Amino acid sequence: MNVPADLKFAPTHEWLRPSDGCVGISDHAQAELTDIVYVDLPKVGTTLAAGQTAAVVESVKAASDIYAPAGGEVVEVNEALAANPALVNTDPYGEGWLFKLKEAAGADTLMDATEYGKQIAA
Amino acid sequence: MTQDASATAEPPASVALKQTPLHAAHVRLGGKMVGFGGWSMPVQYASGILAEHRAVRNAVGVFDISHMGQFIVGGAGAKAWLNRVFSNNLDRIHAGQSQYGFLLNEAGGVIDDLIIYEYAPGEFLLVVNASMIEVDLAWLQGHLPAGSHLEVSDRSDRFAALAIQGPRAPEVFAAFFGPEAALPERLGVKVIERHGLRFVVARTGYTGEDGFEWFFPARAAEVVWDELLAVGAPYGLIPCGLGSRDSLRLEVCYPLNGSDLSPVRTPVAAGLGIFVDLKEKADFVGRAALLKEKENGGPAERLAAFRMTEKSPPPRSHYPVLAGSDGGAPVGETTSGGMAPSLDSAGIGLAYVPAKLAKPGETIQIDIRGRKFGAEIVKKPFYKRPDAASKPAGETP
Repeated sequence: MNVPADLKFAPTHEWLRPSDGCVGISDHAQAELTDIVYVDLPKVGTTLAAGQTAAVVESVKAASDIYAPAGGEVVEVNEALAANPALVNTDPYGEGWLFKLKEAAGADTLMDATEYGKQIAA
Repeated sequence: MTQDASATAEPPASVALKQTPLHAAHVRLGGKMVGFGGWSMPVQYASGILAEHRAVRNAVGVFDISHMGQFIVGGAGAKAWLNRVFSNNLDRIHAGQSQYGFLLNEAGGVIDDLIIYEYAPGEFLLVVNASMIEVDLAWLQGHLPAGSHLEVSDRSDRFAALAIQGPRAPEVFAAFFGPEAALPERLGVKVIERHGLRFVVARTGYTGEDGFEWFFPARAAEVVWDELLAVGAPYGLIPCGLGSRDSLRLEVCYPLNGSDLSPVRTPVAAGLGIFVDLKEKADFVGRAALLKEKENGGPAERLAAFRMTEKSPPPRSHYPVLAGSDGGAPVGETTSGGMAPSLDSAGIGLAYVPAKLAKPGETIQIDIRGRKFGAEIVKKPFYKRPDAASKPAGETP
């Protein structure tokens, strides 16, 4: 399972890139969810608290809540997912990103790649 | 991330889930195991639900259906008695044929839907839903006439069962049983011996495709499964899980008991009145209630097929249905739903709505997490296989 070293991870499998506030779900999460067919994203301008439901990712079989890994204002969402939600499966750390937070707060409480790697291996 | 709405997943139960004789084989193949009707079953394998769905529509797939229940009823008077507890008319079939129908309660509501196979003259195999085995068995035994010599024998643990489904299923049948083995006719059933093992082979299924359901001794399950996968591979056969089983059956509007069928809804309300014989047959459990429903102008609500008319999240079961196109009154609830892989991923589903609204062309909205999305009532089924123009009446759902 791919776990990039420059990302921070929530126990609920969301990732945050501290350098630009970008948020997505992990490779492990997309593999668990299987074929993703729809993504409901937050509105730009929404202010999220860490742990708040921020998005819904729907696979063929299930709808899954995605939680904000850190608090902050949503400044951009990945519009490409409307037409191609499967990007979350094919490129979870790249083109399958979900939204960006401005000045993400609380990121220091998240796991680093090594810790998260241990969690999903357990 | 938390999964909060799944058609097949159940919360982790403190009670251990039952396993089919193929459980280890599923795990080895990368099957994603989930709880379904008290059983641990693969929702999909490594190839994924969409690929498995397409394999069945375009080539062939195999499902482990060993979780389903099998009862044997036979001997003098078996057919006459079964006709008293079954909605359809077994006098219309003979040995080597099968019939789909319902066990009904006194109110005409559906206890279970099942297929009865007359696999030998006067000998019947009943195949029932996994979650209903105990209920159906107790109900059937409770309806045996006093002093009857008839027995309902539960063979669910002794049978393994596989569904081989798809346009290339007859080729896989020939490759497995040999070119001399005669295909059962559509909805037909044959007993075939192979290397000393007895298979009940039926030309039935739950996908809308041509195909077979095999019932054979559970001890041979792994050997048969492995050999079938090897023999079928050249025809594109892959193992398929409950996820594609659900999307395939929904596209052809075959009902799922517990979702689309319920003890408080009649088969007529579910649009399955053709599997109930109110005309030729003598009395059966539920008949009086169904006649009364008919006299009163038919069911107040009917199970309608709907298709989303705007881009939306996939419809799923238990979403509110609103009348009209502009936030009308709530008129019902979805019972099944999903994206239809064979229809360009259109959102489709089934819902009980007032009878006057259950007509193709009527406009409704589906409330998905508080947002309303437009949908239209459409004709059933959503999907017909290309060669299905001359489909016989009484096709098995």
